[in-house]
Amino acid sequence: MAVEVESTRPVIAEDGRRVDELVVNIGPSHPSTHGVCRIITHLDGEVIVKAEPVIGYLHRGIEKMAENRTYLQVVPLTDRLDYVGSMYANWAYCRAVERLAEIRVPERAEYIRVIVCELQRIASHMMGVGSSGADTGAATAFIWAFEVRERIVDLFDELCGSRLTYNYVRPGGVSMDLPDGWIEKCREVVKWAPERLLELDALFFGNFIAGERMKGIGVLSEADAIAWGASGPTARGSGVLFDIRKNDPYSVYPRLDFRIPVGENGDCFDRSRVKLLEAIESCHIIEQALDQIEPGPVMTAGLPRLLRPRAGDAYDHIESARGSLGVYLVSDGSPRPYRMKVRSPAFCNLQLLGKLAPGHTVSDLVVILGSLDPVFGEVDR
Amino acid sequence: MTWLLSGALFGLAAGTAIALAALFGVWWERKVAGRMQMRFGPQQAGPAGILQTLADTVKLVLKEDVTPNAADPRIFRMAPLLVFTPIALSLLLIPVVTGWAPLDSSVGILLFLAVPSASVIGVLLGGWSSGNTFGTLGGLRGAAQMISYEIPRTLSVMALVVVAGSMRPAVVMGAWRWWWLPLFAVAFVIFLIASIAEMNRGPFDLPDAESELVAGYFADYTGIRWAIFMMSEYGGMLATGLFGAAVFLGGTNGLPGVLGALVLLVKAIGIVTAVVWIKWTFPRFRQDQLMKLAWKVLTPIALVQLLVAGAVAVLWLR
Repeated sequence: MAVEVESTRPVIAEDGRRVDELVVNIGPSHPSTHGVCRIITHLDGEVIVKAEPVIGYLHRGIEKMAENRTYLQVVPLTDRLDYVGSMYANWAYCRAVERLAEIRVPERAEYIRVIVCELQRIASHMMGVGSSGADTGAATAFIWAFEVRERIVDLFDELCGSRLTYNYVRPGGVSMDLPDGWIEKCREVVKWAPERLLELDALFFGNFIAGERMKGIGVLSEADAIAWGASGPTARGSGVLFDIRKNDPYSVYPRLDFRIPVGENGDCFDRSRVKLLEAIESCHIIEQALDQIEPGPVMTAGLPRLLRPRAGDAYDHIESARGSLGVYLVSDGSPRPYRMKVRSPAFCNLQLLGKLAPGHTVSDLVVILGSLDPVFGEVDR
Repeated sequence: MTWLLSGALFGLAAGTAIALAALFGVWWERKVAGRMQMRFGPQQAGPAGILQTLADTVKLVLKEDVTPNAADPRIFRMAPLLVFTPIALSLLLIPVVTGWAPLDSSVGILLFLAVPSASVIGVLLGGWSSGNTFGTLGGLRGAAQMISYEIPRTLSVMALVVVAGSMRPAVVMGAWRWWWLPLFAVAFVIFLIASIAEMNRGPFDLPDAESELVAGYFADYTGIRWAIFMMSEYGGMLATGLFGAAVFLGGTNGLPGVLGALVLLVKAIGIVTAVVWIKWTFPRFRQDQLMKLAWKVLTPIALVQLLVAGAVAVLWLR
């Protein structure tokens, strides 16, 4: 539970330093910062008085770089945003381009996009749940989660020849059709995965110590989650029933039957466990999509090599593994975007750290950060 | 002169035992953990990778010995030995053969419990002298934790002493009967938990919590000094395994010589495996939960166990 931090008068030493607080720099290179985040923590004993995330260590200027490339050349850049879930950034960007250039996507391509993105959701959530395990010291939970992720990444490898940055979803469809026998392999994985996920649930979330470590830690109320613009599992862990797949349905999601798991308490435990439950739900979505998919083209016919959308702007968003991922594009009629802006859920969720951490200990800080599940490629862009 | 010689011999024996324990223990842990995580663990160096730790040790010995600028150099260099020596000493008190221990003391059990506590000084100094906030936090955590868990650990072993009527480890091992197992089951569990906390292993590895303090009190150590910290951990595991097997699980079962020693060793490896199993299954406690467990749960239960043992000793045995 959070400890009330007493506001005592600062104790100043002779040389002018404040000595009642210990300032500890966590990161930018630290095992639990999930990339390169630096957190300046002010400690009273081991209790955090103030935690200040410092970001920008992974800033590559992707949005600026996009202005000097053609619309198709930007797709590989979006891979490098959320590198744990590259398919989402591909898709969000492509949807914005398609809206801007008024491209209609073939139905088979939409199904393939849903299948790969739901697979990506499982893979990404396994990273999130696994790192919650690693943060609390449960190394085995981490490795078990990675077994599931590994099989999905193998599927992607076969699909597009890459395990991390896929460059698969393209404006107008997807880069290539499913290889022979891929559907059967995918079906096998989504049939096998829920069992493993439930086992992981029992190993990690069923563990007494995991409950002690995560329940009641970093509680985010429903009202605060909305007020701070949280989305994805971070908001749903607090009981906010918001999922773009349901609230603003896109692609073929209206034809699929699925539920949105939500948490009750808004603590680290709920935020992490919602991810696991979502991954199980994703398996059901993929099964349905595999049943419904029909042969056909996977790329819009007659698309020019060099897209020149009309002058104007377009925004589109999808539900990524981390929340509401949006891409805003402005076109001046030239073959290059005039401006690109990414609304990244990881960035919006990360700002909660400074609010949730005070009153908890350093041990809790890493658990809170892990439950927010930021990916710094997307935070810094 | 004789005492100096025998002291040197005993020291050498204990040091070698710990080095061997670390060599075997690291390999065994990596193998067991590997199997739990659907991996193989080390495979390449020697049969089933058993020489991997040896190769790693050679590498560690050859590494540069760095003392950070911010550190207090003399204390910084001394701290690993302050952790290592008490654990090596405690190892000599364990009866490894029926009726014989390298250091046969009439208060051996008390010494075994008291001497390793001195290593808390090394942990505290190592963390403090690094001049690093992570090290300092780790050292402070370690000091609080190791002192707290002394109490349930001592109380749980005292229950045995009351029934056996002696503090000489070899006598306690000789007095073991099968009904000690049910009678001292609770004491054994407490001993195991408190010992894991004593040697800073998961789920009680807060002083060197990797995900929070990176490596805590030994974050700034390199090469052989770092290896000495690690060896102390495995030495502690060996001591816990051997001592637990000797007094709680019947030790050598009265079998003579090497045969008895082998029985003891198998039991000790069983305990070590349990320690490894626990580490790779459980998440880590938080500081306040750790203290709560020691003072509000383990200590009262250990006191009740002591009371039960006392009642058995008074009402039944006499």
